[in-house]
Amino acid sequence: MHVIESGNVAAATGVKLARVQVIAAYPITPQTPLTEKLSEFVESDELSAEYIPVESEHSAMAVCIASSTTGARSFTATSANGLLYMNEQLHWAAGARLPIVMCVANRGVGAPWTVWNDHQDTVSQRDLGWIQLYCSDHQQIHDTVLKAFKLAETVSIPVMVCYDGYLLSHTYMPFDVPEQAQVDAFLPPFKPTHFLNPEEPRNFNTVTLPDVRPDLHGNTAPGYMEIRKTLHSDLRAALTEIEKIDGEFGEAFGRGGDPFVEPYRCEDADYVAFCMGSLSYQLRDVVDAMREEGTKIGVIGLKVYRPFPDAAVRDALTAHKGVIVFEKALSYGNQGALYADVKSALYSAETRPFVHNYIVGLGGREIKTHHLYDALTESIKNEAAIGDEPQWVGLKL
Amino acid sequence: MDNDKKTTVLTLTDEEIVNPGNRACSGCGLGIVYRTALKALGKDTVLAVPPSCLTVLQGLYPVASTKLPCVNVTFASTAAAATGVRAALRATGRDHLNVVAFAGDGGTGDIGIQALSGACERGEDIIYICYDNEAYMNTGVQRSGTTPKGVMTTTTPIKGKLQHKKDVPSIIAAHGIDYVATASAAYPLDLYDKVKKAASMKGGTRYIHVHTPCPSGWGFAPQYTVHIGKLGVTTGLFDLYEIVKGEFSLTGESAKRVGKERTPVEEYFKTQRRFRSLSQELTDEMQGMIDAKWANYTA
Repeated sequence: MHVIESGNVAAATGVKLARVQVIAAYPITPQTPLTEKLSEFVESDELSAEYIPVESEHSAMAVCIASSTTGARSFTATSANGLLYMNEQLHWAAGARLPIVMCVANRGVGAPWTVWNDHQDTVSQRDLGWIQLYCSDHQQIHDTVLKAFKLAETVSIPVMVCYDGYLLSHTYMPFDVPEQAQVDAFLPPFKPTHFLNPEEPRNFNTVTLPDVRPDLHGNTAPGYMEIRKTLHSDLRAALTEIEKIDGEFGEAFGRGGDPFVEPYRCEDADYVAFCMGSLSYQLRDVVDAMREEGTKIGVIGLKVYRPFPDAAVRDALTAHKGVIVFEKALSYGNQGALYADVKSALYSAETRPFVHNYIVGLGGREIKTHHLYDALTESIKNEAAIGDEPQWVGLKL
Repeated sequence: MDNDKKTTVLTLTDEEIVNPGNRACSGCGLGIVYRTALKALGKDTVLAVPPSCLTVLQGLYPVASTKLPCVNVTFASTAAAATGVRAALRATGRDHLNVVAFAGDGGTGDIGIQALSGACERGEDIIYICYDNEAYMNTGVQRSGTTPKGVMTTTTPIKGKLQHKKDVPSIIAAHGIDYVATASAAYPLDLYDKVKKAASMKGGTRYIHVHTPCPSGWGFAPQYTVHIGKLGVTTGLFDLYEIVKGEFSLTGESAKRVGKERTPVEEYFKTQRRFRSLSQELTDEMQGMIDAKWANYTA
């Protein structure tokens, strides 16, 4: 069924079709319409789920941690300072290996206050042990929510579905909504192996010593470091699952492909613009214009930021002369975090393109298409002159 | 509660849910509270526990001292976690189980009060038990909001605490929840019956605040835990009561003291090194507060 709805509703529709069992949420702009829609689904009995209107984001994630540990498919959503208020809980959810799915309508972080879009909120949370997926349009938001539940429950790692606040959350686009039966066939009910159960009592997330320790039967149980190593290994292995689930989704719904990077006009490109989120679609217009002028250029949108798909990124970028990374976030005092990750992925390549870093759209600063055109033109023309320092696009002072 | 049948040492269940030989300090008041409360709750129970002395008592991975499923959660989130457990039990058809949050006084009245207040306002179907040992004991006796005035702690090392104890059960009662009670580690049968009653009132939020003497934190020898807990009640400093759907009544030893003589509170202060710097003026002030409070109690 084709509908025309907002990005937040695209997310909510996916959550409903996923038959989520527990939703906990606290309002924050621009995520709010998503949770409003979910509360409407629950109150109208369109969705049989527990909806907990918690008193904070910290508690929203606490509810999800506990409900997931109890064996229920659990969801929340937030933005910006709400995400950061959850911070210790986000680490906890990953360490506890809980398949929680959370949507983040990306927003800049205060101070000073801003409600508008950039990626500083989620990019600053890249080291949690969560999987982070980024969407470029409403169909991707909807589909990514469905894939996220399957992925999370397959690898026992929580998944963040990130999409641009306002630019996607509040704009309206057509997207296809599958039938419930199709989704049920793709996403079976959540059946955890271990959960809070008096018939098989377990003490979850208890104090763990620096060293390994025998249990009562003499078997050696892991220490903190082994447990953390397993999280990392499983995150790396999740790359294979992401590809597999993308394939399964494609078979079931006829959409997908390009699980890690989404290239546009890159086959013969000398230069590639590289970014996350809806910006990649805006850059397509710039690429088209520059192609008409004779510049062989393409654009790649990154869909999976953690675990970082370094092999896919390397394969996508090594053949080009230059890569221009556009970012709506910054690792303050260093460079764009995505830029550093791209360079790191390319380090082991036999031939390496030059890589430049452009910071755009912080706090919702409008990204003019001609600004992107100017940045790409400058990058290509002054390859040697532009060093490692991030270049700022659209500054007015 | 006087109308209900009270549990006695003869009728108390033999079933133990907390194993002996756990990591509690010798003379730990929490050891009594936890053992008693879990006897009352029985096996059909799920626990949520924040970092606290209880985390230690429960054992270090991969060994546990409690025969109940438990989720350890972050310090501020206990009541929200209990909320999540209940929501998931409803969603998975296991709603008959007790959901019990078990936290210390700092985890309840200080860092955890926002989540607890939220859960109480929503009327979550949980039992919240706070064991109040009147400071951050697990981290080495730092002051908390529930540390009494004048007490020496490691963060009030010279002057003693300058502020009075925060009245957490009254704050919780102000939410209008179904059941609020206080209890003491020194009166385990009174505690047992209150936990039983709370468990029987399924559907709303139930809160029990338990005065819990701590030998190492309060500065007394481990054999005096019950003696000192009883003095806390017989002096009228810490009262045993219930508020059932808004109806307040004293229970147990506190009910017996109405209209009768109480032990001077100085006798309680003298038993613990944490009160060693208490001035006569502050002792008199505390006695005056107790007397004024008790003037309002009628038989």
